[in-house]
Amino acid sequence: MDLARFTCVDATTWRIEPRDPMRVPVIIYADENLIRDMDDKVYEQAVNVATLPGIVKASYAMPDAHWGYGFPIGGVAAFDPDHGGIVSAGGVGFDISCGVRTMLTGLKVADILPVQKPLADSLSRQIPAGVGSRGGITLDPVEMDAMLSGGASWAVARGWGEARDLERIEEVGTMAGARPECVSDRAKERQRREMGTLGSGNHYLEIQAVAEIFDPAVAQVFGLVQDDVVVTIHCGSRGLGHQIGTEFLKEMVVTAKEAGIVLPDRELACAPINSEVGQRYLGAMRAAINCALANREILGHYSRRVFAHFFPGCDLRLLFDVSHNTCKVESHVVDGKRRELFVHRKGATRAFGPGHESLPEALRPVGQPVLIGGSMGTGSYILVGDAAGEQKAFSSACHGAGRAMSRHAALKQWSGRKIVDDLAQQGILIRSPSTRGVAEEAPGAYKDVGAVVAAAEHAGLARRVARLRPLICVKG
Amino acid sequence: MNHSAAPKAGWEHFPHDADVGVRGWGSTAGEAFEQAARALKEVVTHAEVRTQAAVEVKCDAPDIEILFVEWLNAIIYEMAVRKMLFGRFAVRIDGTRLTGTLWGEQVDVARHAPACEPKGATYTALRVAKESDGRWSAACIVDV
Repeated sequence: MDLARFTCVDATTWRIEPRDPMRVPVIIYADENLIRDMDDKVYEQAVNVATLPGIVKASYAMPDAHWGYGFPIGGVAAFDPDHGGIVSAGGVGFDISCGVRTMLTGLKVADILPVQKPLADSLSRQIPAGVGSRGGITLDPVEMDAMLSGGASWAVARGWGEARDLERIEEVGTMAGARPECVSDRAKERQRREMGTLGSGNHYLEIQAVAEIFDPAVAQVFGLVQDDVVVTIHCGSRGLGHQIGTEFLKEMVVTAKEAGIVLPDRELACAPINSEVGQRYLGAMRAAINCALANREILGHYSRRVFAHFFPGCDLRLLFDVSHNTCKVESHVVDGKRRELFVHRKGATRAFGPGHESLPEALRPVGQPVLIGGSMGTGSYILVGDAAGEQKAFSSACHGAGRAMSRHAALKQWSGRKIVDDLAQQGILIRSPSTRGVAEEAPGAYKDVGAVVAAAEHAGLARRVARLRPLICVKG
Repeated sequence: MNHSAAPKAGWEHFPHDADVGVRGWGSTAGEAFEQAARALKEVVTHAEVRTQAAVEVKCDAPDIEILFVEWLNAIIYEMAVRKMLFGRFAVRIDGTRLTGTLWGEQVDVARHAPACEPKGATYTALRVAKESDGRWSAACIVDV
């Protein structure tokens, strides 16, 4: 993007002044190189979000922002129901509550290396991934509704997880206000045999090594030690969330018009929070959040089973589980006044700072772990929420590296087979049913995750705690 | 990628930062829809899909562009719940209603090596129109 289109507030804060029909400014957090490389569509989409009714303070974009649907991916916006605020199915996205969890193994890299190959093979056999894969769980209608209401707590009660995990999951593992009756039969049918499946695209399960520690004090609280091994899982609400997103998008195009909301892009389809459709969507979306929380808990359980086979007595402890595509009711101080806002995060991570009441006791003094997935070759980061983040962007941070190149362009540039071989040379084992899928997710197709997290830290959104490098990557 | 089946009908993919665009064209809107469905199939696999079973779908929408998204979403739904891939399509459009037939087979991971699973068709870059050369085209971004 052309830097001349922005007011440069500081090295990582770029502002677009409001002009009709924008109701608030746009603020993008990124360094000069990241913003220059961003697609013009990010500008356009962030400006469009700024026109929506009831938006509070600003339409934000995170350092990893890229061209999305309606909202930019990496977009954050809060709406006040008492000022005509809206909820947007497009603003949450199709993969509702897609997110990341990281589990500590207590093992060292030296423990993994002798079994790296059989461990990779076993994980790729035991974790259902990719198109056509089937989970071992089938839900009848009663269990479906119990899952949609109970989330990770439901999974734990069925023996697919551990009770101590729950305090390390957003919403303590159960999203309140879920209304399974607002989820269509088609969405439920799509999920009937999908629990405990990873999906495809950018979803993965990785075995990673702690490669670098930036903040030893916080790393100690998180339980991260140099050369320790962790398991990180990235996936979401599977077919159920996709179907809910699809159906409400269609419905909200009509209801937005009926409510007199002018949509600059149909993908921004939305409904007033205080409307029948808005409330029904919130009930369905919260059910989809529970689906994602349950799904990641089950995948964590499967990982535990595989690790127990290779390392008897190995105890996988959940560090944290974050969601990226959500709309959540949160209490934030705006201009000195506390307000209940509906915060949309589309491809952005909640990043509560120290002292936040929702954090478990052990983490409260330091802040929330913010898990940033990179690409399979370059690694990932663990950040911690910063106290300054609330005033910056309603306690939000980036969610990944963000794509720098389309799948189309990646396919032209790389061969999947060669990427698998090259990464194997570097000690990174890839397991995927599709070499083309690997090429589309090539490390070079992503932005420099190091630059993204450095910009997030400089902007005061979240601070770096540790860098992780991949050892094994299972992709759908 | 650009695979023209005949001068008058064909399909292509076009780029999006995170996902992929599908476009079909033909002498009628229905034919453009059928070609775009082939582009959707190619997002998932380049392998041949055998036409062993037929599935019927019905869609309706407030306008023809949203009807196109509904058509692709109907295919995505049938792929997901039946664990099938589809390689041949027939579409009949009557105003803003559509009846379609999908021919395909069960996913065979070894043979099809599916690259990714479409999550949903979107309203981004959505366009269904009769072009100046008389051909119909139908396009949108698919979230994968």
